[in-house]
Parts: sequence; C-alpha cells; structure tokens
Amino acid sequence: MATTLDKVEVVTVGVGWTGGIIAAELAKKGVKVVGLERGKERTTEDFQHIHDEYRYAIRYELMQDLSRETITFRNHRDDRALPMRQLGSFLLGEGLGGAGIHWNGQTWRFLPYDLEIKSMTEKKYGANKLGSDYNIQDWGITYDELEPYFYKFEQTAGISGEENEFSAPRNNPYPNPPMKETPITKRFKDAAKTLKLSPFHMPSGNMSQTYKNPDGQTIAQCQYCGFCERFGCEYGAKSSPIVTVIPTAKQTGNFELRTHANVTEVIYDGNKATGVKYIDLQTGEEFIQPADIVVLTSYVMNNSRLLLNSGIGRPYDPESRTGVIGRNYCYQILPGATAFFEDEKFNTYMGAGSLGATVDNYNGDNFDHSNVNFIHGGSISTTQTGQRPINNNTVPNDIPNWGQQFKSESIKYYHRNLSIGAQGASLPHRNNYLSLDPDYKDIFGDPLLRLTYDFTEQDRNLHSYLTEKCVEIGKEMGADRVEPREISDHYSIVPYQTTHNTGGVIMGGDPETSAVNNYLQMWDVDNLFVVGASAFAHNGGYNPTGTVGALAYRAADGISKYIENKGQLVKANQSSEHV
Amino acid sequence: MAERSTMSRRRFIKNTSYAAGGAIGGGFIGTLIGRNLLDDQQEAKKGSKTESLPDFNHALMHFTNQKEFQLLSAATERIFPEDDNGPGAIKLGVPFFIDHQLAGSYGHNDREYMRGPFYPGSDFQGYQTRLKRHEVFDVGIKAIQNESKKEFDADFVELEGKQQDQILQKFQDGDVKLKGVTATTFFELLRSATLEGAYSDPLYGGNGNMKGWMMKEFPGNYMSYLNEIGKEEFIKKEPRALRAHIQS
Ligand SMILES: Cc1cc2nc3c(=O)[nH]c(=O)nc-3n(C[C@H](O)[C@H](O)[C@H](O)COP(=O)(O)OP(=O)(O)OC[C@H]3O[C@@H](n4cnc5c(N)ncnc54)[C@H](O)[C@@H]3O)c2cc1C
Ligand code: SF4
Repeated sequence: MATTLDKVEVVTVGVGWTGGIIAAELAKKGVKVVGLERGKERTTEDFQHIHDEYRYAIRYELMQDLSRETITFRNHRDDRALPMRQLGSFLLGEGLGGAGIHWNGQTWRFLPYDLEIKSMTEKKYGANKLGSDYNIQDWGITYDELEPYFYKFEQTAGISGEENEFSAPRNNPYPNPPMKETPITKRFKDAAKTLKLSPFHMPSGNMSQTYKNPDGQTIAQCQYCGFCERFGCEYGAKSSPIVTVIPTAKQTGNFELRTHANVTEVIYDGNKATGVKYIDLQTGEEFIQPADIVVLTSYVMNNSRLLLNSGIGRPYDPESRTGVIGRNYCYQILPGATAFFEDEKFNTYMGAGSLGATVDNYNGDNFDHSNVNFIHGGSISTTQTGQRPINNNTVPNDIPNWGQQFKSESIKYYHRNLSIGAQGASLPHRNNYLSLDPDYKDIFGDPLLRLTYDFTEQDRNLHSYLTEKCVEIGKEMGADRVEPREISDHYSIVPYQTTHNTGGVIMGGDPETSAVNNYLQMWDVDNLFVVGASAFAHNGGYNPTGTVGALAYRAADGISKYIENKGQLVKANQSSEHV
Repeated sequence: MAERSTMSRRRFIKNTSYAAGGAIGGGFIGTLIGRNLLDDQQEAKKGSKTESLPDFNHALMHFTNQKEFQLLSAATERIFPEDDNGPGAIKLGVPFFIDHQLAGSYGHNDREYMRGPFYPGSDFQGYQTRLKRHEVFDVGIKAIQNESKKEFDADFVELEGKQQDQILQKFQDGDVKLKGVTATTFFELLRSATLEGAYSDPLYGGNGNMKGWMMKEFPGNYMSYLNEIGKEEFIKKEPRALRAHIQS
C-alpha cells in the first residue's frame, strides 16, 4: 500500500534543466515545490575523477540505468519493436541535473521560421512542398513572444556567444564574450569566408570567463580540458542545473528535493491531476505525493510515457492521424564530412563541449528552397570538443576497422582529422511516433515506451544537400582528402548520433493536433504542465536546449498565472491545422 | 618529453615476430607482459627507486581455462598488433583488462535491459541476445577454436597471423554460426573491448604504462589547456593517468 504524503503546491517529475528552472522560478516567488528525481544527488565535487573516458563516455556511468527501464524500437509500424538493450543512439540522463550535467553546452535559439514553419513554408512555396505525409505544424507562439524567455535562459546559463547575421533577432547581446579562437575554428572560418558564407563562434554554455548570473550563482571559467561531452565539469565551468537553477531553488527554502524517487504514474481524476505515485528506489516504498499542480519535466521519453501509462490525453494513431500523445516524434540527421590532413597536426585532444565555429547560411529558410526537394536545413559547424582515444579512431573509408593497417592509420590520423558536421532539421512524418509497447515492461511491470522511427525522403534529400556543403568547406580548409558522411539505409538505434529527441507532447494552437498550449499547459488538464523538447512540433537545425530553456521559463510564467487565475491560460484556436 | 627511446623502439621491432600468434604459448605471455610493463626505460628513468611489486593483478578473474585466455590474447593481438608504432594488445595488458571487465558489471550487463522475450531483430535494433557479455565471449572463443580446427586443423594460437585474420574476418562478417548470439555481435564486442583496453586509463589494467596513449600522443588527464588552446603548433605532453589525481 502506498503511503499518502501531505499535499504540496507543485511537484515536478525529474530535476534536470526543465525541472530545475520550474523549481527555481516558482520557489523564488514563494511557491512550495517538491522535485522528484529518480537518480542520485550530484555536486561539482563528485566530478574530481571525471577524466576517465572508459567509465563515463564508454560505460555511461552518468546515464540512465537501462536494467530498470528502457524504450523499445522499430523502424516501421508493421515491424516488431525490440528493446534498446544498451545505450547507443542517444544517452538518456539520470540523476540530479539530468543530461544537463553531461551535455556539451552548445546553446541556440530556434529560428522565427521554426515556430511558424507551416505558415511560412506555405506562403513561400505553396501547400504541397513536402506532400501530405508530413505533419508540419506551427508551434502556436511567435518568436517575438518567446524572445525574452530565450534571453532569460541565456542569462541564467551565462552563454558565451557572438552576433551572427542569420541568427534569430536578439534584443540583448550575449551575457559573455565568445570562447577562444583556435587554429581549428580559424581554419573553418577562413574557409567559410572564402566560400562567401558567414561564420561565427558557436554560442556556448562553457564559460569564456567567470560569470555571476542574475540569481547570484557563479559559474567558473572553462579550462578547455577536453572532457566535456558525457562528463560532468570538474570546475563548475559548464553551465548546468547543479551550478545554476537547483542551488537557486534550494536557497529560497521553498524547494524540497527527493532523489531516488521514481515516478510511475500521474494520478488523474478524469479532469485534474491530483498528484503522482512514486517508488523510493532505495527502500522500495511506494508513495503518493498529492499536489495542486503537476509538472512533467522527465525528458521527451518519460513525459510521453507517463501520460500514456496514466491514461491521460488521447494517444496518437498513425492510421487515422488522430490523437496527440506520441505525435510528431522527431530526431535529427547528421550530414557531414571528415577532412584528413597529411602534414598537419591539430591539438584535437584539447577542447571544450561548445568550442566551435558555425555557418547558418543553410539553416531554416535562410536560402531559397524553390529548386530543392526539401524544406529547412541545418547549421554547419566544426567543433573542438576534445578527441579522446577510445572513441576516436577515425580512418579513411578504405581502411578496415581492425588489424595492423587500422592501428597505424588510426594513430596517424588521430590529430590529423577534422570533422565538419551539420545538425539537420527533422520534420514530423505520420509514421514516426511514440506509443506504449504491448510486450515489454520495466522492473515495476509498467509498459515501456515504443519508438517507431525511420528517416524520410525529406531527411535524405536534406542530408545529401548539406553533406555536399560540408565537403566544400572541408576542401576549402585545405584537407588532402575529404570524405562525405553517408546516411544509413534506415535509422539505427546502435551508433551514437545525438541526444536531440523531440516531440510526443507537442505544443500548438489547436487541441486537435497539439497536446499543450504555448505555456505547455495540457489542453485537457488545466493543472498539468509538460515541459521539455517533448513540446517541439518538429526538430530544428540546432541543438535543442536553448529553446527547451526558453519554453521552461515560459511554462514557469504560465504556472504562476495559473496559480492566480486557474483555468486554461490560452484560448484554443480551431484552425486549419487539421490534417 | 615522452619520446620513445631508440632502445625501446628496437625492442618493439624485435618482438614483432611474436605478434604472429605462433610464439604465444603457456606461461610465456604472463612473463612477457610482466617484464615489458615493469622494466620499461622511461618508467625507470623518472620512476622511484622502490622495488617494483610483482603485478598481482595479472591473474584471471573470469576465465578458468588458460588455453581460452591465450586464445583471447592472440585474437586481441591481431586486432591491435604490435608494430612500428609500439606495443600491441598483449603488451598493453588488454587480455587482462578484458578478463577483469568480464568478471564485473560490464560482463554481466548490470546496467542493461536483459528481460525477455528475445528475438533476433534487424541490424538497426542492436544487441538482442539473452547471453550476457561474459557468456558471449565464452561462446565466441570456443567457436574461434572450432573454426580454426575445421579450417586449418590446428589450434587458433598456433596459426600464422594471416590465418588468424581469416578466421576473425569470418566472425566479423557473420559467416560462422554461434549458439545464442551472432558471430558479428561477438566480434564487434571483442574489437571494441580491445580498443577500450588499449586506450582506457591504466587504472583498468590495460594501456600498460600509458603506452597506448603515448603511441597516440594523447596526454591523458590534464587539468587545463586554457593557455595552450590557441597555439598553432602541435603540443606534445607527457601523459598523466588519473592516479595523479588521488590526494593522499
Ligand atoms: C552527451 C549529450 C550531449 C548533449 N549536448 C547538448 C548540447 O551541446 N546542446 C544542447 O542544446 N543540448 C545537448 N544535449 C541535450 C540536453 O542535455 C537536453 O536537451 C537537456 O538536458 C534536457 O533537459 P530536460 O530537463 O528536458 O531533461 P533531462 O536533462 O533528461 O532531465 C530529466 C530528469 O528527469 C528524471 N526522470 C525521468 N523519468 C523520471 C521518473 N519517472 N521519475 C523521476 N525522475 C525521472 C531523469 O532522471 C532526469 O534527471 C546533450 C545531451 C547529451 C546526452
Ligand atoms: S571543457 Fe570547460 S566546461 Fe567542459 S568540462 Fe572542461 S572545463 Fe568544464
């Protein structure tokens, strides 16, 4: 029997960036918040032995323990989904701070075009540019409405950046100057300029200087240590929830954190969420935490899964294309090229998660799509994140991946290869979605989330276009050999790609095609907010977290408004968005 | 500076023949590894004068049969052979690294989803065997031995390097049928574990004396490159292991 606890005002499920932002903003206003996090507590002191590629980058010590819970995956609706038994394609977070601990910190604002993609595409290229199998949708909010929230996240996180002519318009400069220029970033920029592109330094959550944020939290200066992605920062120099929003929430005295608390259900009375059920993973005890407001901040996967397992909202059905939970799951595509240099060595073992240079000329609708068979695009960058030796054994395509030749070539090119890569937008297709798995269960006996996903024609066309651009840049950088990256026959769950999963509980103006309004409040359940990249109606050409952070600040505003006025915060717009 | 001395280079070249598997036999492996790890010149130069302890870690935690361990050693050496760059898998300690990893959470898939039902799955769905990694290695190593008996009528460790490669290639290509797991899954595990053993921090028993890192000119664990990140020239550093981080 579950023990029922005293009611609180707000409970969040998961304490990463989104849970931390909600907690900090509400606790500052005097609202009592309980944060339930299934993993353990972590502080910067826990990262003193973090420079261990094997433990953290290969064996995934900071990531989700799949023995308890994973997802199942299939490419097509009529295949049998099978469990993702090992981590691979994406690395799900677990523990205080979530994936915001082991992220890189590349922090972007999605483009105005992203938020109104359907209207803008139709206006310029007509209604049939992509065909009817794609669920392209506007997000139910304009860029101007979201701009202040973007800035708020950038200020909290101390983003170090440089103005960029194609960027979403900014009302304020970045809070910190860009990171250092290196021979690699310079080489990329020079090549891009020769090609008449507009390069700039990547906006970074690794601090270019010691920084104090508006909440009074100090983030140290980045040491370019080269152990950033997949690792926690030993110096507290990478912006993360544990050096920013979580301490802010704690200092108010209004935030209570409970770690090892694994939420299994949102309790729902058919009209309102009344609380959540969770299991203490250390004692095995079950608790019910009643709350006035429930906020799902448990990442894309569990935001969808908890709703489906709790019977909240209408599940998406790809056959009829009705229902909203699980709709518009998107990932990302990674066009790119590897540039090999015979006579030059770069200090690729040094670096930082967001140290890089980018061009945005081929992102969004920054170029004319009249004569190409896709929409959107992607940002093209070279990054110097720190090449570690187990994970980086790049050899030219005609070299086998083991044996003598492999050994000598992988050693030779270790400091002699640079990668130019794009983050390609991913657009929603009717057959790509999230649902519950009929066969596989987690250790508590609840159904796993099932991912049905494959690359689409749009993806392939975009991939080949951007790959060519990456090759051009690589050649211009003076490489002796440039090899294009290929897209696999089908999306594979095995190799790491990105942890940029989006959709499933998407925002929009119309409850028929979206689950939450532009405050991320559920259309069907006024006191339930679902925060994260789960709200993205498609995935853009950048990393997601800048936009996730902006939406979380927007949701925090919405929750404050709801506390005062109750009810739906947004009037539904039964628009032509029906498919 | 961690320049490889000509002395050790000569020794590497001299020992290259030994990569051809045939030379590997009996307790020889253990002594060879022990000697090469401990008598290394650079270590002696900068190292303390204290008597080196015998390496008690070089004993088996997972494998029970020394012949199977020798086969594993020979196979890893083909994947990452000794050559002009420097030592191969055996001298780096990779076989012991793998043995020890198989005995722990890695070998037992402690943090992976291992519930049934099990179905073969497509190439895009990943690891789908009910066998844990330590069982995959057991099955795979037996199969390598069977295959070399079948093809060459000899133990795998007795084959010429090229012949060993032929056998291993069949496993990578999935041309051998194993019980409970595909040959490709086994081979890819063997391959990745070998690289992990060659390049992980020496605390795990591989990357002996940081020689893996030295070959690759990877400096290991440095606190900061703040003052070097903008430099044009390649900066070569003496490697440091995580051990340097322990406060005593
Ligand atoms: C290796 C890596 C590199 C990345 N690099 C970048 C980058 O450079 N730029 C960028 O923009 N993004 C990057 N990301 C993505 C970024 O980390 C995420 O977008 C961001 O952390 C999402 O925040 P979140 O709060 O939505 O989810 P998370 O950070 O995943 O936090 C969710 C939390 O909820 C907890 N939780 C889940 N389910 C439950 C449950 N049932 N009960 C209790 N708790 C639960 C989890 O344990 C977790 O702590 C990267 C991700 C990874 C893995
Ligand atoms: S590169 Fe910078 S931000 Fe990243 S872990 Fe190292 S010091 Fe921290």
